[in-house]
Amino acid sequence: MRILNSTAGRLSRHRRGRLAGALMLMVGLVAAGGLYTAVMTPASAEKTQDLASQVEEGRKLFLVGCSTCHGTNGEGILTDRGNNLGPSLVGVGAAAVDFQVSTGRMPMAQPGAQAPRKDVAYSEEETAALAAYVATLGPGPAIPDESDYSIEGLDSEAQEAAIVRGGQLFLTNCTACHNFEGSGGAMPNGGYAPTVRGVDAKYIYEALLTGPQNMPSFSNGNLTPDQKRDIIAYINSLNESAGVGGFGMGSLGPVAEGLFAWIVGIGALVGFAVWIAAHTTRSNKKKVEA
Amino acid sequence: MSIDTSKVATSNSSAATAKKPGKAGAVANWADERLGLGTAMKKNLRKVFPDHWSFMLGEIALWSFVVLLLTGVFLTLWYHPSMAEVVYEGSYDPLRGVLMSDAMASTLHISFDVRGGVLMRQMHHWAAMIFIASMMVHLLRVYFTGAYRKPRELNWVIGCLLLLLGTLEGFTGYSLPDDLLSGTGIRAADGFMKSIPVVGTYLSFFLFGGEFPGDQIIPRLYMIHVLLIPGILLALIAAHMLLLVYHKHTQWPGPGRTEENVVGFPMLPVYAAKAGGFFFIVFGVTAIMGGLLSINPIWKYGPYDPTKVTAGSQPDWYMGWPDGALRIMPGWEFHLGGYSFALNVFLPIIVLPGLMFTILLLLPFIESWITGDKREHHLLERPRNAPTRTALMVSLMTFYGLMWAAGGNDIIAITLNSDINQITYFIRVAVFVGPAIAFWVTRRWCISLQRHDEAKLLHGYETGVIMRSPEGGYSERHLPISENAAYTLTARDRDVVWTPGSETDESGVAAPGGRLDGLRAKLSTLWFADNVQKPTAQELEEARHHAEHEHALTAALDGVAADGHQFDGHHAVEGESLRGS
Repeated sequence: MRILNSTAGRLSRHRRGRLAGALMLMVGLVAAGGLYTAVMTPASAEKTQDLASQVEEGRKLFLVGCSTCHGTNGEGILTDRGNNLGPSLVGVGAAAVDFQVSTGRMPMAQPGAQAPRKDVAYSEEETAALAAYVATLGPGPAIPDESDYSIEGLDSEAQEAAIVRGGQLFLTNCTACHNFEGSGGAMPNGGYAPTVRGVDAKYIYEALLTGPQNMPSFSNGNLTPDQKRDIIAYINSLNESAGVGGFGMGSLGPVAEGLFAWIVGIGALVGFAVWIAAHTTRSNKKKVEA
Repeated sequence: MSIDTSKVATSNSSAATAKKPGKAGAVANWADERLGLGTAMKKNLRKVFPDHWSFMLGEIALWSFVVLLLTGVFLTLWYHPSMAEVVYEGSYDPLRGVLMSDAMASTLHISFDVRGGVLMRQMHHWAAMIFIASMMVHLLRVYFTGAYRKPRELNWVIGCLLLLLGTLEGFTGYSLPDDLLSGTGIRAADGFMKSIPVVGTYLSFFLFGGEFPGDQIIPRLYMIHVLLIPGILLALIAAHMLLLVYHKHTQWPGPGRTEENVVGFPMLPVYAAKAGGFFFIVFGVTAIMGGLLSINPIWKYGPYDPTKVTAGSQPDWYMGWPDGALRIMPGWEFHLGGYSFALNVFLPIIVLPGLMFTILLLLPFIESWITGDKREHHLLERPRNAPTRTALMVSLMTFYGLMWAAGGNDIIAITLNSDINQITYFIRVAVFVGPAIAFWVTRRWCISLQRHDEAKLLHGYETGVIMRSPEGGYSERHLPISENAAYTLTARDRDVVWTPGSETDESGVAAPGGRLDGLRAKLSTLWFADNVQKPTAQELEEARHHAEHEHALTAALDGVAADGHQFDGHHAVEGESLRGS
């Protein structure tokens, strides 16, 4: 005990030395690393190795393709006027990256009111690498698994119930911007809520989680994962019931209906009126030029 | 004496005898003896109507109204005008188990569980849209041709009332399913009423039987929709058509057509067939639209719930322009003694439509006051021959159209990838500038067309034959238009500017000038300013002399192939050779 104390004491004399902090950090890291290697199975070690290289690859891609606006460490860049050139990506999570990059919204072609959906610039592996890198910047939502947003696992009655619940949730939370059939709607200053029809369930789920652009994020406290799943199930069901009343004219509501009433309805009827007036009575079969 | 009988028909072997009347004749006779139909029909069956496509636009409205009555009766058989809350248990899966009003549930029942129900609903809705649209097209025709002048001013007023009532009828019908979209509309209407200073809240509470939404509004709107307004509409339509028969139909001027006659075809058989056939066409078009085009898919909107709303919440098109006015109105509001005055709602949605409707109603009276024209008119005027009148309506149409566009500003923004704020700012200015530009352009356009008519009368039409004079000048050969065309072009009155004191009483004493006389004279001068009057007989005669003289001068050139190739050796021209050769 005495020996231990004296050794500790002797060591303790150096505890405020200039190198002590760095040395202790090294010792700690080496110990942690050593323990890690010792305890982890070779497979997961490989996975970790993979993750590390994936993150590294993602960082490189990030520096080339994203850092101009988001900063070299994803911290975001402010313009002179205090607006975001690109927002900070700390804590947005892998889900945000997967959504923005896989739908082609990022990288943006140009600054503007909103990043439009366009051709995808990165391959799946590159997107995954970018997502892995951004996920290391701070804790955030991970890319959802298919079981999160699919109702395949439920029996048919439960599926139907999910669609009914999802419909009511959709009308409460989504239609104000995205329209009753998810056809999209206008937002102030050139922004817009894009269509949600024909969008992969995964991306809808990610959008709900991360709240891209003008959209608010719906955390799991706000809409539970099951509720998110139900909303997606309802949107998918819209595709199946699309043709109940006939052609939907873009599902844009009364403006499109009015346009059709005037162009198709009045157009056809005035055309018929012209036709009827042009064919007037005659006493023989030969047509008389009026 | 032998008579050649080979040319005589052999079929007249027996004398003509009165045949026993056929079955139809017997029935007609039976009815005539009891109802006096013969006397009543004799004149009316031979009533003459002139033939022109634009005279059939009002018929579209009439026939779509019949379609509305037929399909509407079908819908009432299953519709429940009740706001009692029920659980939907019908066959549309995505809403099963959802709480909704009985009105909504019964509309879903019609849509999914009644055979032909969705077709009837959609036909009813399309016919309503076409009903109001055709009334407006008909109104424009009547206006642009000056058919609302004396003696038809009151029929114009009835027509305007029909348009107003049709719009209200449409709005009440649109609200009946109690779906999310129409509920939003009723909520908006509640807000409009409450924006009326002082009495607004009382009006709203009176209509809704308490605070919005209450449980009264659907049954009340139903009663208004199926009984009150259709009753008034039917009465006004009857009055409108009786006046049409009484006044006789207007006609375009032309040879043989005067203010005293109507040239056309009789009711039976021609117009009975044409109009009857047109009914089936209108029915067919609405049926095709109802069958193929989805309108108001209430199952997608879901039941109304004040916590929900959807993007693209618009009224039907005929309420679109006040909605547009509301959308572009700046947020003006002030408070006085603890009360809010929401001018941002009150001005665009209560004051503006009332003002516009009053202007529409008064158009015939305003015009006849300005022009001082109190004569009867049965011959129509071409729009170009009343430039100010035409320009006035185009200006109003421009205003309407811009407001309409503003009502769809969000749809324009997303379909044309533009900024909703910029659209709104643009329209805020354009609703004032646009009508002024439209007025000016239309007026000058009409006057240019009048000048063109005058040129045709005086100098003939352009033949496309280019003449080259010996001096090398080029001119186009004009030939006189036909007598009939010239008659039609000149069959109009000269404009008379109203001057104060021009009206005299029965003793020939000039009426004392009123305070407004100066204004009226000024307006009258402006109304007719720059109009081209038809040429006088003397001018026409001079023009004819001039044309004959010119023709005599160029007669020598007739029949000469003046293509110029005799000079360039390109190919030989018969009878012409190169100079000097």
